[in-house]
Amino acid sequence: MQPQVEIQLIAAVVAVACALPGVFLVLRRMAMMSDAISHAILFGIVVAFLVVESLGSPFLVFGAALTGVLTVSMVEGLFKTRLVKEDAAIGLVFPVLFSIGVILISRFAGNVHLDIDAVLLGELAFAPFDRLMFNNHDLGPKALWVMGGILLLNIILIVLFFKELKLASFDEGLASALGFSPALIHYGLMSQVSLTAVGAFDAVGSILVVALMIGPPTSAYLLTDRLSRMLSISAAIGVISAVSGYWLAHWWDVNIAGSIATMIGLIFFLIYLFAPRRGVVALLRRRNYQRWHFAESMLAVHLLTHLGQPEEARECHRDEVHKHLNWQENHAKRVVRRALQDGYVHLDKDILRLTAIGKKLAGKAVVE
Amino acid sequence: MNILTDINFDYTLRIVALGSAILGALSGALGAFAVLRKQSLIGDTISHAALPGIAVAFFFTGNKTTTILLIGAALSGWLATLFILGIVKATRIKLDSALGLVLSVFFGFGLVMLTFIQKRPDANQAGLEKFLFGQAATLLAADVQMMAILAGVAVLALMLLWKEFKLLSFDEDFGATQGFAMNRINLMLTTLLVVAIVLGLQTVGVVLMSAMIVAPAAAARQWTDKLSTMVLLSAVFGVAAGVSGSLLSSRIPKLPTGPTIVLCISTVVLFSIFVAPARGLLWRWLRRRRNRRQFRAEAVLLDLMDMARHHPNLEHPHAAAVLHTLNLDGRAVRNSLAELAERELVRPAGAGLWSLTQAGIAEAQQLERRFQAED
Repeated sequence: MQPQVEIQLIAAVVAVACALPGVFLVLRRMAMMSDAISHAILFGIVVAFLVVESLGSPFLVFGAALTGVLTVSMVEGLFKTRLVKEDAAIGLVFPVLFSIGVILISRFAGNVHLDIDAVLLGELAFAPFDRLMFNNHDLGPKALWVMGGILLLNIILIVLFFKELKLASFDEGLASALGFSPALIHYGLMSQVSLTAVGAFDAVGSILVVALMIGPPTSAYLLTDRLSRMLSISAAIGVISAVSGYWLAHWWDVNIAGSIATMIGLIFFLIYLFAPRRGVVALLRRRNYQRWHFAESMLAVHLLTHLGQPEEARECHRDEVHKHLNWQENHAKRVVRRALQDGYVHLDKDILRLTAIGKKLAGKAVVE
Repeated sequence: MNILTDINFDYTLRIVALGSAILGALSGALGAFAVLRKQSLIGDTISHAALPGIAVAFFFTGNKTTTILLIGAALSGWLATLFILGIVKATRIKLDSALGLVLSVFFGFGLVMLTFIQKRPDANQAGLEKFLFGQAATLLAADVQMMAILAGVAVLALMLLWKEFKLLSFDEDFGATQGFAMNRINLMLTTLLVVAIVLGLQTVGVVLMSAMIVAPAAAARQWTDKLSTMVLLSAVFGVAAGVSGSLLSSRIPKLPTGPTIVLCISTVVLFSIFVAPARGLLWRWLRRRRNRRQFRAEAVLLDLMDMARHHPNLEHPHAAAVLHTLNLDGRAVRNSLAELAERELVRPAGAGLWSLTQAGIAEAQQLERRFQAED
């Protein structure tokens, strides 16, 4: 395979592997936990590195993933004292671990290739050079194998525990009442997030891990109300941003992780604006419609009140009606025009009369 | 004594310590509001979101002056908060997701810009790196001067808008019903926060800046329930951490300033969580222990009373061994008896026997009445 294809493949696999647990982070309102974990991992990597003195050891990944779980339990412990809120607990824990990591690097590992830049920023372009060899056979880039394994694990876990995760994400109270341990599900999910973050940071850096975990699920959240669909849409958005981000980086010759994050932002922005039901445009249109619909209902109620009454000619005259409804004249004119268009009223010698559906509208408004 | 002479004579150290102190004061004071409003992590997002601003400012001006870069940083940090507000207000997306999304996308775009700039022949972006991880040692007297002026303006704004910010932090809806433009007040407070964060980037860097917002406020919260005290205390903690952190890192080689300041302020948090009066974990633990002991003693007293009822004389003595079997926590009976004896509610009657005193009978009857009333 060409390096170009390999990079895109790695990016796509990382994207899906991150998006899947990310869905549950977003649903459980713990999105910033991914940020905390991906920063705190530095501490685990440094400590594990100082112990095994090699960057390639699987022990390193294990140690780092353990730090993720440590971060989660420290946040939980702090939060359980009820002395700080959960968001503050997150904001207190990860800078401490990150600081210790930075200090350890500058004191003990100064002359080794282990700089903070690499952890934070990542360099996907180098990923194909680190290859997995077996008996002198080239099996492909190591990152692809590692992330492929993690992706497979994530899929298996989500399929196996779909019901539990779903229940715990949407109704934690019911889940624990039915005998599922919320703590077990919480820590299970967090271990999954930690492992995924550790596997991915090596290839793409910790910031892209956050972008991939949060961006696609947040976008998908605006498109669907079904968990299964949210998972698949997230994965699809992840792959699309990974591939398009790669090409953006390729044309402009810039950092790949950064441009994937940029694409995630762009896709989110488009969905934010144009999502069919929850987008900003749809929201504004709906508000606009509701405003007019309400005004038309008020008009209909007014007309119904005076229907067949002696004062009808005065109260329901097209040029007088705004006075009785206490509306601005222009506004009233526009409402009358819309009501005529929508067939709620018709004109009978300048007197507004309700049609059959207009009466229905008024009746509905009164009942409501 | 060495540290004191250092701060008197070492020019660089004085600049760094002063800069860190100003930063600590400002981020501490403004962080108090962020923490109270459950927006602790907004600082993390703003500091990350400053990166593209720095890169773009450099890209368009070709200038590496701190002021210009910081203006760029402030603008993009501010833009990020607008995005966050827009996302949270217009959709069902929760604050945490909006924060994570804006943080990572802005930072990613910043990276794109940085690598884009690197290709230009006139660029070496070495000076930009210091904002990522912070290099307090690169602070110049002019930088500190600017920090002081901006901090002064921010504090002035804080004092002028004190009532509004207080309203925003505790009851936003009430403020809105009273006719305050809460959205605008929110934007003002966030703008001040952006200023504080941007000033801190050069000292502690993008990642650790969030701790400077959260930690002093979280520590101060433990000591008081009053907003003015909390803000003041938070600023004091910030200053203390800034100064002690920069001094420590100057005394000990290979101890970077930013992380040291963060560890200092985190120590203050830990200390506060344990020993702050009333709320502290230590006092809570002592209080709980005292309550438990009192409950146990009351249980033993009532047991004695129950047994005494079977005898014509309420002061009839009973064996401690019997009390052991009556009590769930048998081991504690001896301690409880000693405590009751000290309060002269029971008295030893020899050979492991104990009997109620008149005061003990009265106390037990009062307890019984109380429990009956509670039933």
